[in-house]
Amino acid sequence: MERIYADRKYIIIGFFLLIGIVYLARLFYVQILVDKYILSANNNVLRYVTQYPARGLVFDRNGKLLVYNEAAYDLMVIPRQVKNPDTMALCHLLGIDREEFLNRMEKASSYSTYRPSIFEAQITRDNYGFLEEKLFLFPGFYVQSRTLRKYTYKVAAHSFGYIGEASPEVIEKNSYYRPGDYIGINGIEKSYEDILRGKKGMKIRVFDVLNRDKGSFRDGRYDTTSVAGTNLYSSIDAELQEYGELLMTNKKGSIVAIEPQTGEILCIITSPSYDPNLLAGNIRRKNYTKLLQDTVYMPLFNRALMAMYPPGSTFKLVDALVGQQEGVLFPETRYGCQGGFPLGNGKKVGCHPHPSPLDLVGAIQISCNAYFCRVFKSIIDKSSYSSTRQAYESWRKEVMSFGFGKKLGIDIPGELNGNIPSPSYYDKYHGLNRWRSMTIISLAIGQGEIGITPMQLANQAALISNRGWYYTPHVIRAIGRKDSLNEAYNVKHKVLVDERYFEVVIEGMADVVTGGTGRVAQLDSIVICGKTGTAQNPHGKNHSLFIAFAPRNNAKIAISVVVENAGTGALWAAPIASLMIEKYLNRTVKRKELEERMVSGNLINGKQPESERGQGNILPD
Amino acid sequence: MREDKGIFYRIDWVVVGLYLTLVFIGWLNIYAAVYNDTHNQIADLSQKYGKQMIFILAAILLAMGILIIDPKFFSQFAWFIYGFFLFMLVIVIFSGREVAGSKGWFAIGGFGIQPAEFAKMATVLALAKYLGTLDVSLAKFRSLVIASAIILVPALVVFLQHDTGSAIVFLTLVIVLYRAGLTGFVPLAFIVLPVLGILALVLPKVVLVAVLLMAAGGFYFFSNRKLRTNLLIIAAFMGALGFVFSVDYSVNHILEPHQRNRIHVLLGQDVDLRGAGYNVNQSLIAIGSGKFFGKGFLQGTQTKYNFVPEQSTDFIFCTVGEEWGFLGSAVLVILYMGLFIRLILMAERQRSRFSRLYGYGVASILFFHFAINIGMTLGLVPVIGIPLPYVSYGGSSLWAFTVLLFIFIRQDSYHYELV
Repeated sequence: MERIYADRKYIIIGFFLLIGIVYLARLFYVQILVDKYILSANNNVLRYVTQYPARGLVFDRNGKLLVYNEAAYDLMVIPRQVKNPDTMALCHLLGIDREEFLNRMEKASSYSTYRPSIFEAQITRDNYGFLEEKLFLFPGFYVQSRTLRKYTYKVAAHSFGYIGEASPEVIEKNSYYRPGDYIGINGIEKSYEDILRGKKGMKIRVFDVLNRDKGSFRDGRYDTTSVAGTNLYSSIDAELQEYGELLMTNKKGSIVAIEPQTGEILCIITSPSYDPNLLAGNIRRKNYTKLLQDTVYMPLFNRALMAMYPPGSTFKLVDALVGQQEGVLFPETRYGCQGGFPLGNGKKVGCHPHPSPLDLVGAIQISCNAYFCRVFKSIIDKSSYSSTRQAYESWRKEVMSFGFGKKLGIDIPGELNGNIPSPSYYDKYHGLNRWRSMTIISLAIGQGEIGITPMQLANQAALISNRGWYYTPHVIRAIGRKDSLNEAYNVKHKVLVDERYFEVVIEGMADVVTGGTGRVAQLDSIVICGKTGTAQNPHGKNHSLFIAFAPRNNAKIAISVVVENAGTGALWAAPIASLMIEKYLNRTVKRKELEERMVSGNLINGKQPESERGQGNILPD
Repeated sequence: MREDKGIFYRIDWVVVGLYLTLVFIGWLNIYAAVYNDTHNQIADLSQKYGKQMIFILAAILLAMGILIIDPKFFSQFAWFIYGFFLFMLVIVIFSGREVAGSKGWFAIGGFGIQPAEFAKMATVLALAKYLGTLDVSLAKFRSLVIASAIILVPALVVFLQHDTGSAIVFLTLVIVLYRAGLTGFVPLAFIVLPVLGILALVLPKVVLVAVLLMAAGGFYFFSNRKLRTNLLIIAAFMGALGFVFSVDYSVNHILEPHQRNRIHVLLGQDVDLRGAGYNVNQSLIAIGSGKFFGKGFLQGTQTKYNFVPEQSTDFIFCTVGEEWGFLGSAVLVILYMGLFIRLILMAERQRSRFSRLYGYGVASILFFHFAINIGMTLGLVPVIGIPLPYVSYGGSSLWAFTVLLFIFIRQDSYHYELV
């Protein structure tokens, strides 16, 4: 029966031949009949020239330009097209030696011999003009126009961040990026990368063997145009930022100011800082290494977000609020203080001399340690809780609703969680449930394991001025249009303390400034509500802390100031905060003498500052 | 009578000659495709042409090895070989290395071995073995199911490795089934359905339905008007209609985006030259710029400067087209045609059904690779990444195609015997 199908071989052979003939015909068509696919007989090549869009601009809250672009040029090389270059001439033009030239060629070839690599990045406009005239001498080399980031104010370097070439890992993960493309690496350049970068375009050009541009490929039919990046409107007040950086000269620490009603960040000062222009362009790599190696000043360390401090007495405000919410503290609650809070074993949490007993307002004003130890103890030992652990967990939950112990979610990368110790931490340290209110009493005065970032401190001031809520702080208020809102930050966070408990605390904060530990911060025309803090730390002298907001009602600014190893809160942080408030609300500072003292204080290079003398009216806290 | 005949006894020198010619052309063009001034030693092992030379030498040793094996071995161990490679196909899914999105590679030292390439040979062996059994007839439903399963099971496993291209290759064995007596409607459907599918994507639905209606009417007009014929026409019409709509659906909803793009490119509905259209457009420019005589050996520019990484593997034909022009391309196509026809003529002179059908299997596998690969570079077929037999760069494919062919040459050298 098999033989029946033998003639099928003709059908099969016929089919094979048919395909073969079709292919021959197609070859004839493509290679001979049409010249659609023939570029030219001169070995012309296509070059895909990426059109880099201008990156979005950044404006400050008053419409001042903060970040812009400047034209720059990258010299690209396609190793395979390089034919007997006049190496010396090129080296001379670029100011490099022969060895460096060979190094770069080697590096480019190892990436790809037929795809372009950057040979010399970001040549300035002037040098470019020079180079362009001679470029025809160097086949395989061409120039790609790029943009360079520039900063009008030499401030807020950490918030702006910087851009750089996308790393191989990024390119692997995200197909948008090609080697040599720029990407935001830190700050808002990173968090708003997708918005700022725009969309790359592509032009296909025809080049002949002499590296001459013969025009666009098929009249640009396949070209795509680039779309410029979207502008960002920052909530940063450039002048305030600049002023804050001036005040922090020669000090380690930070200032963060927030507009309480919107959560918009008015300034983030981290000191020591650096000029953002140092990390733009081809000088970035060199300068970055330099900044990184500066272990004394640590200018790359963004203290405002990434440093964690014990909050010291500023935390007493949280005690006051949580205590009331828990029903163990009332405005009229009075506790006596005989130089401190006895711990039982002969030791005590010390306190400075002050009138006794005090009510809540007085205790905030004077910053009595004993008072808030008792408040904290009465929360943790509250009889309605079945265990210390349960009470602590409830306390911790309320405290964390202030935005502590977790990232706030601001739009600058690198934010730290801070630390509100978990019960298991104490279990590990003292044994399972073998800890009591007295074991952890130092939390009451913001010492011990507790850690809070300057950003969280400023947020604390903001949420108190709002009487119990906050918007997540952010530096970008509008994207694209000035009047649009940054939708991502439109969620109101409620603190787990009722609104009615805030007024008495705010009363205490006002008294801090009018007649308490923070009198130095007083400003004639405006009621400032504040709280000093002095954070003990193992790294030397106490940190000086101050948080404040003003005016008392409908506050326009909430602020935190941390000055490291500077002594009590009243010495440095409070006056700096007060000057910042004056600057923001009045736009000018009248207290020139105070300003001068703050600016000239040098707390880094060891010299004892003058301001520490003759300050008898400042109470310690 | 088989003793001391030597390994070259009665082997078909025409096919061996065609084989060697193709392998040589392949090496020459791989050399041209990756050629650069800094590495121009022909035996430079850091370069693809250096490696390919090693692959070729190994392939020749492999071929000689096969020529000394008793021809009966392959029919007797067909099932074992089939089972072994099926097993390897499954193993590679779990322990294999991923290359270009498909998990089909074993890493052995610095080389990758792709069992799917060898599985084609094993499947042809098994299919020929099964159809060569005396009581098997494709007129019987049971035989048809088993024969189909032999083909489809490895195809499915390869498909699961995300190597769609290699999986489709197995389907070409329908030619073997056809030669073994399968009704002509099936291979016809394999030709008609893709055409219909393309029409479904290109033509508006209304026009296509009208065309199908007219075709059905035409068939009815010329038919014998018996009830059975009428039902057949109606069934075919409904089937075609269903197919047309399901093609549209599956292209837009089931295929992966890159596969969909390739189809759109082929149909001229996508001109994104940086994306899916890039390869094909570059390929056509390269081939087109070769004109009649080509630019000459090593003188190609398109295949050097701007080309896709697959230029030495899947797109090797571009180098041929650019450097050797229409003349060289046509010679290559004719060489392949010669090989295929020679293989079929050889198959027809076999006495045993096993070796005849094995020969058809060899021809159809090689033909399919040829048709898809060159069709793709010419923009006639969607981009499916399968190599051009004997010419493309790569050890696995060269060795697998060599084994595939030489088993048949070995069978053929005893074609006068009743095996």
